[in-house]
Amino acid sequence: METAPQPGRDLPPKKDKLQAKKKKPRRYWEEETTPIAAGASPGPPRKKRNRELRPQRPKNTRTPKKSRISNKPQVPKKSLEWRNPEPQQILSGAQDPFPGPAPVPVEMAQKFRRTDKSKKLPYSKSKTRSRLEVAEAQEEEISVKAARSELLLAEEPGFLEGEDGEDTAKILQTDIVEAVDIASAAKHFDLNLRQFGPYRLNYSRTGRHLALGGRRGHVATFDWVTKKLMCEINVMEAVRDIRFLHSEALLAVAQNRWLHIYDNQGIELHCLRRCDRVTRLEFLPFHFLLATASETGFLTYLDVSVGKIIAALNARAGRLDVMTQNPHNAVIHLGHSNGTVSLWSPAVKEPLAKILCHRGGVRAVAVDSTGTHMATSGLDHQLKIFDLRGTFQPLSARTLPQGAGHLAFSQRGLLAAGMGDVVNIWAGQGKASPPSLEQPYLTHRLSGHVHGLQFCPFEDVLGVGHSGGITSMLVPGAAEPNFDGLESNPYRSRKQRQEWEVKALLEKVPAELICLDPRALAEVDVISLEQEKKERMERLGYDPEAKAPFQPKPKQKGRSSSASLVKRKKKVMDEEHRDKVRQCLEQQPQKQEKAVKPLGARSSALDRFVR
Amino acid sequence: MKVKMLSRNPDNYVRETKLDLQRVPRNYDPTLHPFEVPREYVRALNATKLERVFAKPFLASLDGHRDGVNCLAKHPKSLATVLSGACDGEVRIWNLTKRNCIRTIQAHEGFVRGICARFCGTSFFTVGDDKTVKQWKMDGPGFGEEEEPLHTILGKTVYTGIDHHWKEGVFATCGQQVDIWDEQRTSPICSMTWGFDSISSVKFNPIETFLLGSCASDRNIVLYDMRQATPLKKVILDMRTNTICWNPMEAFVFTAANEDYNLYTFDMRALDSPVMVHMDHVSAVLDVDYAPTGKEFVSASFDKSIRIFPVDKSRSREVYHTKRMQHVICVKWTSDSKYIMCGSDEMNIRLWKANASEKLGVLTSREKAAKDYNQKLKEKFQYHPHIRRIARHRHLPKSIYSQIQEQRIMKEARRRKEVNRLKHSKPGSVPIVSEKKKHIVAVVK
Repeated sequence: METAPQPGRDLPPKKDKLQAKKKKPRRYWEEETTPIAAGASPGPPRKKRNRELRPQRPKNTRTPKKSRISNKPQVPKKSLEWRNPEPQQILSGAQDPFPGPAPVPVEMAQKFRRTDKSKKLPYSKSKTRSRLEVAEAQEEEISVKAARSELLLAEEPGFLEGEDGEDTAKILQTDIVEAVDIASAAKHFDLNLRQFGPYRLNYSRTGRHLALGGRRGHVATFDWVTKKLMCEINVMEAVRDIRFLHSEALLAVAQNRWLHIYDNQGIELHCLRRCDRVTRLEFLPFHFLLATASETGFLTYLDVSVGKIIAALNARAGRLDVMTQNPHNAVIHLGHSNGTVSLWSPAVKEPLAKILCHRGGVRAVAVDSTGTHMATSGLDHQLKIFDLRGTFQPLSARTLPQGAGHLAFSQRGLLAAGMGDVVNIWAGQGKASPPSLEQPYLTHRLSGHVHGLQFCPFEDVLGVGHSGGITSMLVPGAAEPNFDGLESNPYRSRKQRQEWEVKALLEKVPAELICLDPRALAEVDVISLEQEKKERMERLGYDPEAKAPFQPKPKQKGRSSSASLVKRKKKVMDEEHRDKVRQCLEQQPQKQEKAVKPLGARSSALDRFVR
Repeated sequence: MKVKMLSRNPDNYVRETKLDLQRVPRNYDPTLHPFEVPREYVRALNATKLERVFAKPFLASLDGHRDGVNCLAKHPKSLATVLSGACDGEVRIWNLTKRNCIRTIQAHEGFVRGICARFCGTSFFTVGDDKTVKQWKMDGPGFGEEEEPLHTILGKTVYTGIDHHWKEGVFATCGQQVDIWDEQRTSPICSMTWGFDSISSVKFNPIETFLLGSCASDRNIVLYDMRQATPLKKVILDMRTNTICWNPMEAFVFTAANEDYNLYTFDMRALDSPVMVHMDHVSAVLDVDYAPTGKEFVSASFDKSIRIFPVDKSRSREVYHTKRMQHVICVKWTSDSKYIMCGSDEMNIRLWKANASEKLGVLTSREKAAKDYNQKLKEKFQYHPHIRRIARHRHLPKSIYSQIQEQRIMKEARRRKEVNRLKHSKPGSVPIVSEKKKHIVAVVK
């Protein structure tokens, strides 16, 4: 942790005297104070503290050089200045004990850092480079400011700790309910709905509303905090999946034949016959896309803001019934019966990636909120966690006695798995780390087999739909404690919701922008840059950015004879040639190393054909 | 067992009464704000579209002149006052807030060739085809008084332009030579010539106030120092320069409006190649004026349009035209850098916004914040092809549009020929001349 330097009270007094000798006497109204020992200032007697020296500015803080040409922007080295602030001297003698802005821990600022400094940009002109530097400095400043504002967050996350040696997995829900306050205890409830089970469920984005759909046609939505029912209908058809659209006012239900959309009063608004035999639904809230996976093997994207199907992709892998979205980049993950997970974007007809995860079929997939980890479970009774950043390698794996049929990640990285009638929850070290699969954090046995799982956003609650109804479990530390009021506010009023809806529709992200790296749009497009350069060179017939050949400057007093001109020219040419040779030589050994065969290998007759 | 559940008190998140403001807690954690870049991109796209929707730059047309407007001058002290001289010798003073003419003077016989206000704003000078220089009071004559000039100087030759010193009672006229006058005298302090052609305009440098620049019809731009009797240096271009204008922020930079449809920004210290060649007009450029910020300038052209160029860009950022506006002869950027005035052949002075989509009037703080945010977004994503296409799109009258196409073809043909020549000759024998150096004939000191 970096901290601001303390004012130099602990400087040795010897240095003080030395400094005092050098200084000229000053009047009290001038900024610098002088020691009384000099006797030159007739001002009022000062406190001793006032005489103390300020910490000297360290040498590494460069004062910006003044450039003659004014149009070059100076790169502000703000971050440097913050770390070495000079305390303000005040006339009254009082001194700020904590001078400068508050220090910011580096890890905290790292969380808010957007640009990846490890990526190298192609060579650019000085103007562009200086502009990039300015942007980078601003980026840094912003991340520090954002990290500093963490202090203002009101809520702390929940936790559950066993007393020494106690296993938290042994703690029952009833114990937790007894231990917590009444408001939290009210969040634990069971809905006993044996008639129309098993149930799928879905929380709205704000975490305030809950929709449930029973296999035998029971569809209901309600405000689960106040337990106020909004609608309850029976669609008289099998319900495969249920999902809220962008707000709690619209509800998509995958029924036996077609996809239906209902409003919050249970009135059927649309029946989409182009999406038939849908098994799973996912809603991409920033793109306003409803992704549907069907028995026919099609992944269909429906734009709910205009009501158009924008892409219907054939996964060519038979029946699709395992689907999840990556909330970080809106890529849809499909699990297949051959053990692979494929990643899809509506802009591309082929999968973006295919990952072989299991030996049997994939039963469930879940992706965490930062988009770095994917949990999969398969028919081989394995539960695996994959790294989604580039390599798609498994980080950890574990065999479960039954195998998990349903998986879900919470906002703070807890992983819940439904196995038969048992729900297990694993926790990791923090938000960005994968959950460790060794010891479960919590377990719970339900009255029926699990059919749907979801963590409630912004509440420490896990909703489980099973054959016996719905259970709302308490999972301390599952949810993000501090919501952003402009993004998804559980306490928003009707007016605020309407305002938010308009804003969200205005900034609907086009479906073509869905790709693996959501920040790709802000990066330098190196490929087309080089293409453009090449085209320009072809058009002009020469390289406009090439260095002009060296022309010796004419000199006075007979030193500009043609012989000396040639000599000077030659000197520069030789120098360039030598540089080129040196570069070649540096590259050569690397090539040779590759060609060297491993020691101890026997020579074979076929070696002569090796190049 | 130690347990803590997340339990929020709704009172902290809901307003108490309806009169309160809504409570909006913020959390800037990036995981709560996914798709930051695509969303910003969409916002930038929307902002760019709105900018084009609200781009209505034309504000007013001041009519009253009975002949083409030949010259314009700003009042140095009053933003609302502007002076104009017409081709029939009439000078009018306008009030921009009321958009009416407050005074009319029949100043000269024949054209009013030049007009300039004194730096203090109490009087102004005009020169005309009748070989006179006249000084007028800025205020109108009192009751019963005749409209008469304060002073009249009768010269030997026709004067084609005039400019006043920025700090002293000295002014310069041009015609067959550059004359520098003291206001108190009837003969010039000194007159300077270099070559024998008629000089079309003369301008004082606003910072280094002793420096002058002039352009003559023998294709050269001449720089003078008032303190010495001879000119400093000159640069000869391909074609004749109509006017020059000094950058009000950088003393050594000036821009020349040329007959070859281009504008050239020069650094006075290195005249052998211009700092920037500004190309977009499709006919001779007649006038140029800098914004008081020194970052942009506006140019008036014979092609019936005015364009705004950033100083460091070779292409214009904006083009203004209307159906009724004919050849634009003079243009001025107002001192608050918000408006542009142009005087044209068909007797009107037009008032434009310098920033086409800017909202006029007082902005609330939220409006201002939204505007700044959108501006920053547009800046950030300006190079994306979709956004750039929308931001650059301008409707052009057919004449200009077809001219641009034609000139593009001509330029392409010339370039192709040059490339072929380069390809089929001995390497190094055909020099590659950059666009900047192409138009400079010589620099003489």
